Amino acid sequence: MINLAGRDVLHGWGKFLFTGIGLGLLIGVTLSMAGIYRGMVDDGQALIDNSGADLWVVQQSTLGPYAEPSSLRDDVWRGIAGLPGVAETGNAAYLTLQIEHAGRESRVMLVGFEVDRLNRPGAPAYLTAGRPVLAGHYEAIADERTGLRLGEQVRIRRHDYRIVGLTRRMVSASGDPMVFVPLKDAQEIQFLKDNDALLNERARVAANPAFNRPGVPGLLEAVQASGAQSRMVNAVLVRLEPGADPDAVAGEIRRWKRLQAYTKVQMEDILVAKLIATSSRQIAMFLVILSVVTAAIVAFIIYTMTMAKVREIAVLKLIGARNRTISGMILQQALGLGLIGFLVGRVAAGLWAPVFPKYVLLLPGDALRGFAIVMAICALASVVAIRAALRIDPAEAIGG
Amino acid sequence: MDATPAIRLTGLRKRYGTGEAAVDALKGVDMTVAPGEVVGLIGPSGSGKSTLLKCLGAVIEPTAGRIELSGETIYDSEDGGWRAGDLRTLRRDRIGFVFQAPYLIPFLDVTDNVALLPMLAGVGNAAARQRALELLTALDVAHRAGAQVSQLSGGEQQRVAIARALANHAPVILADEPTAPLDSERALTVVRILNQMAVQYQTAIIVVTHDEKIIPTFRRIYQIRDGKTHEEAGEGREI
Repeated sequence: MINLAGRDVLHGWGKFLFTGIGLGLLIGVTLSMAGIYRGMVDDGQALIDNSGADLWVVQQSTLGPYAEPSSLRDDVWRGIAGLPGVAETGNAAYLTLQIEHAGRESRVMLVGFEVDRLNRPGAPAYLTAGRPVLAGHYEAIADERTGLRLGEQVRIRRHDYRIVGLTRRMVSASGDPMVFVPLKDAQEIQFLKDNDALLNERARVAANPAFNRPGVPGLLEAVQASGAQSRMVNAVLVRLEPGADPDAVAGEIRRWKRLQAYTKVQMEDILVAKLIATSSRQIAMFLVILSVVTAAIVAFIIYTMTMAKVREIAVLKLIGARNRTISGMILQQALGLGLIGFLVGRVAAGLWAPVFPKYVLLLPGDALRGFAIVMAICALASVVAIRAALRIDPAEAIGG
Repeated sequence: MDATPAIRLTGLRKRYGTGEAAVDALKGVDMTVAPGEVVGLIGPSGSGKSTLLKCLGAVIEPTAGRIELSGETIYDSEDGGWRAGDLRTLRRDRIGFVFQAPYLIPFLDVTDNVALLPMLAGVGNAAARQRALELLTALDVAHRAGAQVSQLSGGEQQRVAIARALANHAPVILADEPTAPLDSERALTVVRILNQMAVQYQTAIIVVTHDEKIIPTFRRIYQIRDGKTHEEAGEGREI
């Protein structure tokens, strides 16, 4: 039997192909939306994996250090390091800021980590070029997506930092590339006030009779000095000994140190389920709307294509073609359109993914699910056209 | 001539609508066409020609009467209406259609337009195409077998349409103004071909026409007026 759908497509292949390409671009946008969601999840996962920590110790009653602000004294690690099961600790400071480089501003996540030993928790997991930070100040390691290159100087707040190493896929939960600097520098950047603010603060403290008592010499100076210190960090990252139970150690920290401690599983939950929950729902809404729009467009295209063949369908029915022959022709064309659309969409999504400012992760599993959904949408969308075709009266082929 | 008529219509009636709005398009049509015979069906617009063709072509159901094809009753209003379980199969296997415009399937080539009918009846691709080529040869269009429909002239398209009507060895062909879009020469050629095919394949052909050029070529004419047929002898002019 002749494949009527195939012949019809070949007869008007240009129109069919261009329609498929148009549909494909829409499907490409849909796949990209799914890729953006996957990218956000992967960014969160990368942040957890690359920190080199098993536990995150943060300020009590907070979801820090990534989802909420958290502030700890930079010596609380001492108490944590002595707990059973703890192999190593590392103070970490996180701060998102704008940097200017080569005349272009970009948003980065600044990470302060302890540089006294290699591979402290919080240090970049690996380098793609250069060397680790060796100096205590003004050296930095940057993610490649910052656009910074080895040996370049970049100004961050009051100081210039020299890029001594490069790394890859070190991003914040919102996809901003990371710049790693020594902890002391990060503390200064994050917590140290500028000179005008310090002067202002000293004047305020001096004006407060509680701190400026004539009978207590040295009190005012001590209070003023404490305001100029930057001895805070956002989190203590903990690496456990092999075989240690993360939940048990986290429980000990919560109980005895009066701090919040999150395991990897809990941190994943915070980053994926809580931090990007609203964005996920936003993307899900877009996906639903795009799916409905795709279905409507496919239905309209197939319906229009079918209605353009009313006379041919009437003749086919008159000369004895069965309903399933006509339905099959329309269904095959709808599926063919879906196939072309999906292939174009997948290629387009792959081509424009690197252009997106944030990471777009196109997973093969998502592509397969997308393919199944596109074909299902096309099959459903063809129902309208099939119903219309089956209502065509064969008598329309005869005049009168 | 075979004693059993290819087509016999007895008291065929067709009423559209009901009550006061009812219109009797056919008011008791009687007609007989022998195998291998070409008869003309003429009449003014609205006289019921197309309704008759649609009833005979099993496209619409008559209100009363009987239709016999090759001696077999396919419709009898007094015996349950249509006898055939599946009217599509009846049309596919026993009735060929030629329309005012050829209405070929534009996305199939010439051979497949003709071969489609046997294929729909379950004939294998090779055999169906072989049958199509035989008919195209008989109709002198075999040289365009691989061409697209849009590449054919109007006369060639009408020949292909005739080949399609004959493709399933239908004993009856209903031609609805097949020469309307053609000039005199091509119109007469189509009628000559219909006559040749009728004789060659012993097919009964009813040609509905307004075309003054071809009316003199029929040996027998049914004139339809006010829903009734009146048989007349035609000139039977040689083409």
